[in-house]
Amino acid sequence: MVGGYAGKFLEVDLEREKTKNIVFPEQVLRDYLGGRALAAKILWDRLGKNWEKVDPLGPENIFLALTGPLTGYYPGMRICCSGKSPLTNGIIGSTVAAEFPLELKCAGYDGVIVTGKAKKPVYLFIDDSRVEIRDAKKFWGLDGKQTIRLLNKEVIQDLEKKYPGKRMWREPGILYIGPAGENASRVAAVMMKWTHGAGYGGYGGVMGSKNLKAMVAKGTGPVPAAADMDETLKCIENVAQSCLANDGMRRWGTGSAGYEVGAGTSSEPVRNWQEEWHDERSFGVDHFERRVWLKRYWGDYGCPTTCLKVSAVLDGPLKGAITDNPDYETQAYVGTNIGIFEPEGNVYVNAIVDDMGLCGIQAGNVLGFAGELYQRRILTKKEIGFSLRWGDTKAFGRLAEMVAKREGIGDVLAEGVYRAALKLGEQKGKNLLQYAVHAHGQAIGAHGTRSGLDYEPIIAYATSVQGSDHTSCGGMRPLQGAGDSLWGFADSAVICGFNVFDNNLDPMWRMLRAVTGWNIGVDDWVDTIGPRMLAIQRAALLVGGPDAKWDPDKDDDNPPRFYKPLPSGPLKGKTTDRKQVRADKVKYWKSLGWDARGIPTQETLKRIGVSELDAVFKGMRK
Amino acid sequence: MFYLKILHKKPQCLRYYDVDTSLSGALTMSTSQIWVARDYLNCSGCRRCEVACSLKHEGKIWPEASRVRVFMLVPTLEIPHLCAQCDNAPCIPSCPVNALSRSEKTGAILVDSEKCISCGKCVAACPGRVPFLHPETNKATICDLCDGAPECVRVCQEGRYNALWTAMRTPGVSYKLYAKTPEKVTEELAARMYRDLAKELV
Repeated sequence: MVGGYAGKFLEVDLEREKTKNIVFPEQVLRDYLGGRALAAKILWDRLGKNWEKVDPLGPENIFLALTGPLTGYYPGMRICCSGKSPLTNGIIGSTVAAEFPLELKCAGYDGVIVTGKAKKPVYLFIDDSRVEIRDAKKFWGLDGKQTIRLLNKEVIQDLEKKYPGKRMWREPGILYIGPAGENASRVAAVMMKWTHGAGYGGYGGVMGSKNLKAMVAKGTGPVPAAADMDETLKCIENVAQSCLANDGMRRWGTGSAGYEVGAGTSSEPVRNWQEEWHDERSFGVDHFERRVWLKRYWGDYGCPTTCLKVSAVLDGPLKGAITDNPDYETQAYVGTNIGIFEPEGNVYVNAIVDDMGLCGIQAGNVLGFAGELYQRRILTKKEIGFSLRWGDTKAFGRLAEMVAKREGIGDVLAEGVYRAALKLGEQKGKNLLQYAVHAHGQAIGAHGTRSGLDYEPIIAYATSVQGSDHTSCGGMRPLQGAGDSLWGFADSAVICGFNVFDNNLDPMWRMLRAVTGWNIGVDDWVDTIGPRMLAIQRAALLVGGPDAKWDPDKDDDNPPRFYKPLPSGPLKGKTTDRKQVRADKVKYWKSLGWDARGIPTQETLKRIGVSELDAVFKGMRK
Repeated sequence: MFYLKILHKKPQCLRYYDVDTSLSGALTMSTSQIWVARDYLNCSGCRRCEVACSLKHEGKIWPEASRVRVFMLVPTLEIPHLCAQCDNAPCIPSCPVNALSRSEKTGAILVDSEKCISCGKCVAACPGRVPFLHPETNKATICDLCDGAPECVRVCQEGRYNALWTAMRTPGVSYKLYAKTPEKVTEELAARMYRDLAKELV
């Protein structure tokens, strides 16, 4: 057996309530590793022929939760969720950290493939390769904290009964959805551990559409054996030392950026991206540290960085909010983007977003969109139910709940910013897409392109095969920073990109060899495996779905707002150069062996071993 | 005042031993006996202690075979759960085949796997239910303090968390107080961290 893999995947047919084990040929694992790349392969093999007709929220979609060969070994593990995305209609590898992937591997599975739709709410319980589909009626409707509390109790009691006297059982790994996912919201995340979410893609809604509340795993075995353990341990130690030396990340996580990205690089969403600069020192990480942090270091299994913090508001009018950092993306999207510039307010809305199982980016973006419509008097107090002034913490918190529960105006906002703009625009007889900050139907990461000072290229979102992902940007050189190439590997190996250091990649490739035992390395990823993944993802994105399709000539672009001059701050007047965007796209796609419109050429497809995709791309070429 | 006095005494000083007659074990204590001190609120939940422990004892990354297990019954409240080496060690007399003993050198509770009959009596006897039956061999498994240099402490200190550290055993302190179930510890920690919000979380 190949090192690092448990050796089997679990396939669950919710329709027929049947489960079976799937073993992929070694060559498939060698060609696609795991996580995002393997998800692309599985989805395209099974649904590719009919891709355009598949409704992402219909029973025909497939939900995947996959680990990779390095999950459990490389410090900082995650699991990759995928399926046909209800936001982009493409394939997105959306990863989330916590202990479920470890428990799954220790239970003997590399991943779970879910098909069909259950007749009633269920959860999946995996106990050392024994699998049950269980009734989840009593958990349906519960927020994240209560879901975990009650699932823990039920499962631990059950394990005590099943294996009396063996041990004090500790909590299982739980991958779950909140009310947002249950209501098949397109802005719902797949959640773990109260606050961790796989947000991009909108896969919380996919789980909900299948009536699948949670997957719960307890594994008592070891992490599947590595081919060369001594070398693997050396690599782990090397990476761990890089993590431990990464002092800024350890101390603040990405939480220092809530101030810096606004004040320093003018690229933070402020009031639905109307501005990207602020100099609100009240939003400095020092205030977060002193006022809301209860724990300075919080992390997931085996991670030496522990970039998370635990924050809470224990007194005053916002009392009761508990969340993590907040990290930068949620500082921005449910902070500055809705006009909140103080830690307690940010923690308050964040906690609601977590508890409801919303994606901080997708939900924060659509909340900002609603805020701007209110500012422009397009949405009224009567339509919303209350006034929605920028910075009104309680109002935005309430609206977030309405989005999760699809109440009132929340029902249309739950469709995500792109679809909400179309629907509301139709009702109002106005073009509201100009206020929707999205690419390919999905809200973009909280890093603007106008100032040119942030890390991401100006074509990051326009060319990302993940639609609009700031952790898998298009336009970057192979193996550079958070680009499609390097973080695409992290999503496939399935490990945490924050523990991947582009100045110290050697131990990662050495570990891939040592764990799997394959003669495999950086060239395999850069030359074939990575490009194969990108090509399948590109095909799925361009084929699209029943409600949205993307035109490479029009839609591989920034949101319109990104071409308006920055209205404030030291970089006032700067904007994204449209000509440069066009030129950079051609250059980037050429480097991938794709044509000037981003369609992979026949030769490229042949070289990377996915010639079958040529039939898909043929009609798209001009 | 009393405790201050104790803590400032050199370990070999026996003057205060008569204050707690249950401390018979402490009387035979030598200065090499250590204890893994713990501050739960400092625990990040990174579980590198489990990785280090299972690598040392099993040669594998094996969470459920690690002698220190971090419980997270409520996320954000992580509890490194490991043997407290009670002074009266109720696990030792609970064993019907005398498989458990105390290391004179470190104070650790040692398991003779050859003798162990996997009855689980030591698990039930422990007030904190710390021992467990190994997931593969089914033998009682207890922290052996790594013969005086605990691996869990090394990585915790390396990460600068200070949730675990090595301390000399202080005479006159009832270490059995630390043998508590994770449920109990979670309740207390939740109240400390989240005050009146705790009841909705635990």
